[in-house]
Amino acid sequence: MHLHKIVLHNFKNYPEGEFVFSDKINCFVGNNGVGKTNLLDAIHYLSFCKSYFNPSDAQNIRHEADFFAIQGNYYRQNDTIEQLQCIQKRNQRKKFLYNKKEYDRLADHIGQFPLVMISPYDRDLINDGSDLRRRYTDSVIAQFDKLYLDDLINYNKALHQRNTLLKSFVEKRYFDAETLDIWSEQMVALGTNIFQRRSDFLKEFIPLFQHYFSFISGGKEKVDMNYQSQLHAGPLSGLMKQAVERDRSALFSTVGIHKDDLEFLMDGFPLKRYGSQGQQKSFVIAVKLAQFEYTRKVNGFKPILLLDDIFDKLDDHRVQQVIRLVSENSFGQVFITDTQEDSIRKIFDPLEIDHKIFRINGDQSGSSAGISSD
Amino acid sequence: MHNFPSRLLEKAVNELAKLPGIGRKTALRMALHLLRNPVSEVEAFGTAVIRMRQEVIYCSRCRNISDKELCDICASPRREASIVCVVEDIRDVMAIENTAQYSGVYHVLGGIISPIDGIGPQDLNIDSLIVRASSGELKEIILALPTTIEGDTTNFYLFKKLSPLQITISMIARGISIGDELEHTDEVTLGRSILNRTPYQTIK
Repeated sequence: MHLHKIVLHNFKNYPEGEFVFSDKINCFVGNNGVGKTNLLDAIHYLSFCKSYFNPSDAQNIRHEADFFAIQGNYYRQNDTIEQLQCIQKRNQRKKFLYNKKEYDRLADHIGQFPLVMISPYDRDLINDGSDLRRRYTDSVIAQFDKLYLDDLINYNKALHQRNTLLKSFVEKRYFDAETLDIWSEQMVALGTNIFQRRSDFLKEFIPLFQHYFSFISGGKEKVDMNYQSQLHAGPLSGLMKQAVERDRSALFSTVGIHKDDLEFLMDGFPLKRYGSQGQQKSFVIAVKLAQFEYTRKVNGFKPILLLDDIFDKLDDHRVQQVIRLVSENSFGQVFITDTQEDSIRKIFDPLEIDHKIFRINGDQSGSSAGISSD
Repeated sequence: MHNFPSRLLEKAVNELAKLPGIGRKTALRMALHLLRNPVSEVEAFGTAVIRMRQEVIYCSRCRNISDKELCDICASPRREASIVCVVEDIRDVMAIENTAQYSGVYHVLGGIISPIDGIGPQDLNIDSLIVRASSGELKEIILALPTTIEGDTTNFYLFKKLSPLQITISMIARGISIGDELEHTDEVTLGRSILNRTPYQTIK
């Protein structure tokens, strides 16, 4: 699968823009603030119907314009072009079209044109709370397992109901163990499934991740992910029974898979505290490449790979290793942003792999003005 | 819309606008429509509404709405009184009655368990269901509640309450709609239909 052409109207800083891509490697080079990452985000939009960075669609409309439109032409299998369009007018519903026909539900589109984005923001995965790590894990699993997503949604509803019940006991000064119990049992049934699915997924995912990390780092550090869950201690039903008194004073459910976390380790120590910036960056790159590989395995074809500012903070050896991965054709179509045109040329010009370099200079006044390509 | 030429009209509009789905413009249109109609017709309309509110009662057995102490369904000798279908509210009774496939009787819960909406088991007609079930006259109880987590939880609660009694407890089937193509079925329904498949039988 590859994206052949993208056409932008009023998307972020682009009044208009049209780009024809290589089906292998595409590099966007230019100074800060010229719109390199915005181009990646436009590609992200076409796969996920939303921005990687900004949850507000309206804020992605160029200042003073009243709509944005992104159009992409893809080749998935044979020679037939498949066209995706995303149109957002101010104060209107977002429209998403496949071959000019609007989707009934955006959820039907997600996963059809798979994509993995590696961005400097990925370090949030290390530094932010456990919620982000759970959401990341869940999003990778749920992409291919709608029953998992359904279980997760229902678990969260049951959790919300149970927490509301715990609070109402205090407000209304009564306690009804039986009603609390039935919500606990719903959480037990769903939570046990979710725990099992997360365990199975990580058993498959962690070796992939370790493989990529040791390739990038040259085997210097040993990394691991530790799935932390209260459910390792025993069945959820018993844990919830023991926790009733604690839950009643805390006014929320203190045990369950909503307390799960992923611990990131480097040589046995927490990465968050002991890893350098470069080590942390290598770690999240390996996580994302493992996601790429997992997606490819399940899907049967290679997702598009977006690499935003990936070489920053990595030492020369690690940069070389990432480039070896990219150039050895393990990936399909790749998009890379970088501020240094010279270094990008030095890296890719000697390689035999097909590549295209787009010089972006922030003056996108015409359809392709300001953009030169090889 | 503030200056009504008549306080009486304004009052009627205010009342009509309290109805679900009715805004002030629609309420005004309705009020003017009533104003144009003959007095006798509007009186019939008003009387129907008032009598409905004052005289309709809830069936003492199944909590369905009724004009008499016992509703037509519970009172009918042709219905099998030993089979009880448990539903959330009266609209569900009407929906199942419209299928013309069910010959048992009903029990209307009046809601489902949902702490977020402030509804607990004590707010529902559950005790009266237990009393009915304990009478020894029931053979089967069919749970026909919504397929949401709240519906499932209520099913589960009822099952726990009813299972000590010697009664068959069943649940309406859920799965692919009749006449649907598999490829157009949503993944969750299709996935659960595969997991909860049933032995082959000819469709009744």
